[in-house]
Amino acid sequence: MIEIKNLYKSFEDKTVLKDISSQFKDGITNLIIGQSGSGKTVLMKCIVGLLDPTEGDVLYDGRNFVKMSKKEKTMLRREMGMIFQSAALFDSMSVLENVMFPLDMFSDMNYKDRKRQAENCLDRVNLLEAANKYPGEISGGMQKRVAIARAIVLNPKYLFCDEPNSGLDPKTSLVIDELIHGITHEYGITTIINTHDMNSVMGIGEHILFIYDGRKEWEGSKDEVVSSDNARLSAFIFASDLFRKVREANR
Amino acid sequence: MAQLGVNSIGIVLLISFFIGAVICIQIKLNIQSAWMPHWVSGYVTREIMLLEFSSSIMCLILSGKVGSNIASELGTMRTTQQIDALEIMGINSASFLILPKILGLMTMIPFLVIFSTASGIIGAYATAYIGHIITATDLTSGMLYEFNQWFFWMGVIKSIFFAFIIASVSSYYGYTVEGGSINVGKASTNAVVSSSMLILFSDLFLTQMLS
Ligand SMILES: Nc1ncnc2c1ncn2[C@@H]1O[C@H](COP(=O)(O)OP(=O)(O)OP(=O)(O)O)[C@@H](O)[C@H]1O
Ligand SMILES: [Mg+2]
Repeated sequence: MIEIKNLYKSFEDKTVLKDISSQFKDGITNLIIGQSGSGKTVLMKCIVGLLDPTEGDVLYDGRNFVKMSKKEKTMLRREMGMIFQSAALFDSMSVLENVMFPLDMFSDMNYKDRKRQAENCLDRVNLLEAANKYPGEISGGMQKRVAIARAIVLNPKYLFCDEPNSGLDPKTSLVIDELIHGITHEYGITTIINTHDMNSVMGIGEHILFIYDGRKEWEGSKDEVVSSDNARLSAFIFASDLFRKVREANR
Repeated sequence: MAQLGVNSIGIVLLISFFIGAVICIQIKLNIQSAWMPHWVSGYVTREIMLLEFSSSIMCLILSGKVGSNIASELGTMRTTQQIDALEIMGINSASFLILPKILGLMTMIPFLVIFSTASGIIGAYATAYIGHIITATDLTSGMLYEFNQWFFWMGVIKSIFFAFIIASVSSYYGYTVEGGSINVGKASTNAVVSSSMLILFSDLFLTQMLS
């Protein structure tokens, strides 16, 4: 479980995160949703330590990440996997080498075992046939799947995904969502996903944190989203014509 | 990472060959006259190649090629979040990415100096054998006249300093890029300009110190 307590983050001239507290449980998909610019990426970067929060604590199963020494942070990072908005594959390496890279760095397995482990993960995301291609040669959706394979190759306890569906068509998005959801339940991972994709919210929103202008505006599950009477949440969720019609049809 | 140097062998050989040839022609046709000893052209060609061209000028050229390459590679890794990905894995991205580049270039550059000097001398001989501008015997006697080994080592030592400048300055600009591809372009320009400047200034001091 990851817990954030009274998190603030300011840049020189403006405060982006204001007093955010929440809990992200393991074995379920935790979504952070909000408008573009509301601070989702900044929040995630504060949680994983790519940015230092101005104030507040981030607890990984009770271990306070903010107060850790650099060495302790490095150790904890080996339990994390992250999927970036841009996939962030190393473009000088083949798909298989990308997935093997964390193993090359941190495991004491021999080459054969590392290769087998990487291939298992590639198989998990249905990409075994692309193992010898380079990131530049595969589609965006495939890149995201490779990024998932790379993120889970060390069996992480914590998985972070910054807009895993951005730039993908609805069908591919669904594949990615279900992969992440499946992996999370299979291995009991604490998964946090940034998204503004309503299909994801309705599909895998087991716990949803809605950020509005850097503040926590609403928290709940996908079933509570529909019935919520929070005006800002409704305005955000039902900004899409389709979802508005779906809601009206349901009433 | 040794690729940084290996990929530059071609351009180094090419430029050095022509510069060696041109220096030799210039000296022979424009400066040498009846009252000068016959070895002047060979001698001057050798000294220019050893003292300045193969180390300083070549490194200036390489700062354009290798420097912009390093800066744009690291800059792209930064903007596409590949550096963040390394950090998340618990890898110290700066030492993981930058150190091998600095060490690689510092190891490769003495060989490039040797190649450059050799190619320059071959260029000079080409003017004798192909262009018939100077006789090979005159050239050889000039090449061997009062040869000072230290000049060669001076070039090598200088170039190692320059290699450090090119790799570290360019890495700095690339690694610290913020934003998008426009800034990657800017970083690679800044990397080349700054490392060229630093090479020029440090050349002044190094030459004074080592002479
Ligand atoms: N390094 C930074 N320096 C200053 N301001 C920043 C920095 N990073 C982000 N911000 C600001 O923080 C705010 C939130 O940005 P953030 O990237 O978290 O939005 P987001 O919710 O992820 O949006 P999107 O859905 O478009 O990705 C923005 O107004 C942005 O300008
Ligand atoms: Mg974002």
